[in-house]
Amino acid sequence: MNTPIDVGTESITLRINDQDVSCRKGETVLQVARENGIDIPTLCYMEGLSIWGGCRLCMVEIAGSPKLQAACATVCTEGMNISTHSPRLENYRRMIVELLFAERNHVCSVCVSNGHCELQAMAVKLGIDHVRFPYRFPHLEVDNSHDRMRMDHNRCILCSRCVRVCAEIEGAHTKDIKGRGVLAAIIHDLDQNWGESETCTSCGKCVNICPTGALTHRGTAVGEMTKKTTFLPYLTLMREDQP
Amino acid sequence: MTTPTPKPTVATVWLDGCSGCHMSLMDLDERLITLAGLVEVLHSPVVDQKQFPQQVDLTLVEGAVSSEEDLHKALIIRARSKLVVALGDCAVTGNVPAMRNYFDRTELFARAYVENAQEPPTPEERQVVLPVVGVPPLRPHATALHEVIKVDMFLPGCPPPADAIWYVLTEILAGRAPATTTVSRFGQ
Repeated sequence: MNTPIDVGTESITLRINDQDVSCRKGETVLQVARENGIDIPTLCYMEGLSIWGGCRLCMVEIAGSPKLQAACATVCTEGMNISTHSPRLENYRRMIVELLFAERNHVCSVCVSNGHCELQAMAVKLGIDHVRFPYRFPHLEVDNSHDRMRMDHNRCILCSRCVRVCAEIEGAHTKDIKGRGVLAAIIHDLDQNWGESETCTSCGKCVNICPTGALTHRGTAVGEMTKKTTFLPYLTLMREDQP
Repeated sequence: MTTPTPKPTVATVWLDGCSGCHMSLMDLDERLITLAGLVEVLHSPVVDQKQFPQQVDLTLVEGAVSSEEDLHKALIIRARSKLVVALGDCAVTGNVPAMRNYFDRTELFARAYVENAQEPPTPEERQVVLPVVGVPPLRPHATALHEVIKVDMFLPGCPPPADAIWYVLTEILAGRAPATTTVSRFGQ
């Protein structure tokens, strides 16, 4: 896991989408873009958590580099010339979101997060009206063992926001990821049922930070699960003030 | 032979879905009267004509492709329609009918016709109980329409709101390509 990037006081200038912008040394392309009102879509990025660079939605073009770079994990350098939107990038972003839909069983119409889901909203934002790839229809479990919360692997996009908030903010590190590729999955402790976890404090931060209906409160019906992420900036700020 | 009608011809088809998309179509309410003046509806669950017509300008398809009959219908629809619109999440994504895809058909039949039967059949009776006569065979997976035929436009939603259906129909009739994600989304 990456450590948060130290932001200094030295100022640098660069161009994003033909717009001159300045920032402090150490800031990432994503931060600077957002500070300047330029929207770069993200799913795994969460202000206040470490940088993961996993969802690849924030890929941008940097002049002089044939490779696309993840804006969340790329530190600005003097004279950088960045393009955040191009037909190539938009095509890749649509492909990524379509692949997320095809990989697991996101049946929006019967999901507790219907209407409050970042993946669903991302599909709308990117103009996705169908998925061009064949759906995999994997048989995945729903972990119902916790008395207050539920993990539905069918809806998980493996953004790891729950893993990071649990480890970095709550300090419990109950959650982690096992396996690779399509077999990767969120686990609790040593791949036990969530309800049997000895480290989980039942704080519910993972539920609120989850972008989809993968982590929810129990007892919610279709469309009833809304998430609140406002706690994160406050907690982050409080930690920063600690000596 | 009747004289060719100058109005565009429309068909609507109900495959493996709950008919909710057709209900939403009915929710056009008084706009249905306007629509009747704009198009000729040749075939639909709500009209008498049971056979799919030889040629149609526009076909709206509700439902996933779940059985061999659905596939057969889909191929006919494609061959005889100028424009095919996948109407609603089942046609667009597979949606709820595709939730059976996590199980194989043996498990599925056992669940529906044996485990949940009021009087569980004996092993000898099982062959008799499983419906094999007069019903189309179930395909291994229920799939989105575009996995079996070329689909020209997609209107997601469960169901797509009547206003979204109206927008798509009027845009198509005006010769424009509707931006469907501006009016509906998966799971709407």
